[in-house]
Amino acid sequence: MDAKVANTDFSIAGKTFSSRFLIGTSRYPNQQVMMDAIEASGAEIVTVAVRRVSQESGGEGLYDLLGDRFHLLPNTAGCFTARDAVLTAELAREALETNWVKLEVIGDDETLFPDVEHLLRAAEELVGKGFIVLPYCNDDPITCKKLEDIGCAAVMPLAAPIGSGMGIRNPYNLRIIREQCSVPIIVDAGVGTASDAAVALELGCDGILLNTAVAGARDPVKMALAMKLGIEAGRHAFEAGRIPRRLYATASTPTDGAIEL
Amino acid sequence: MSDTISINGEIHPLTAKSIVELLSQRNIDINKGGVAVALNGEVVPRANWDQTSIKPGNKVEIVHIVRGG
Repeated sequence: MDAKVANTDFSIAGKTFSSRFLIGTSRYPNQQVMMDAIEASGAEIVTVAVRRVSQESGGEGLYDLLGDRFHLLPNTAGCFTARDAVLTAELAREALETNWVKLEVIGDDETLFPDVEHLLRAAEELVGKGFIVLPYCNDDPITCKKLEDIGCAAVMPLAAPIGSGMGIRNPYNLRIIREQCSVPIIVDAGVGTASDAAVALELGCDGILLNTAVAGARDPVKMALAMKLGIEAGRHAFEAGRIPRRLYATASTPTDGAIEL
Repeated sequence: MSDTISINGEIHPLTAKSIVELLSQRNIDINKGGVAVALNGEVVPRANWDQTSIKPGNKVEIVHIVRGG
């Protein structure tokens, strides 16, 4: 693409990425579809989880499959307390030799909404231990600001509950978060389709992290491409600057020289 | 009664002296990435696996990287 019209790069903790799409590795129909979808997404950052090795499995080889080609971002999914999340992050740091972590501290199994109290506590502890913390959080400007003040490298507000595909439920909050925070804002969770991703970027969010919307689509590879294009379109629109909304029409064709009978 | 340890939440007889020995007993390639070990809630750096001994009653967590969102 022509450099003049390409999306601007964005940086997290001093590391520059050309793709604003962060993609998950869960719930694809099979491994080949996952690999093809990740390829089509153009994502550079790919999320993974940390789980106990079971006696039978002995390792599913995901690290070997993806480790060389992508920036693997471990999550702390399934953690309900700050203590569990911190230990999971430390295990992930050891397993992947990365100090980056997608911090999730879940408050409730049914909504998967964050437990803000534990999230803030875990974020503070992990930042103190030298982690690059990317917290999954509510679309709450106050929480986001607190996470930024603690030293998180980005904030990742949800658009809607994880896996719900409900889209951007509160665009006004995202706008306020954009105005209040200077760290990158990555909308994490709730995106259902490409237009949702575009809206988030149009609002000034810096990136999208999603999984289910691609993995659960009828054609995950095509949806990965659609999301990529939606994200690029949204970012272009944000950089271009939309026109103000007006109640009445404004003629687009000049009226000078029109015939008068 | 023989000595036992907890491995990933399950009680097992203590048959390994070190973390390296424990991992090889469980057919985990210690030279492969993507694996981490915690002993009694503290991560044991890979470099210390061979000199870290396991004692009766210890709680060991062995984790690896899996798919996630």
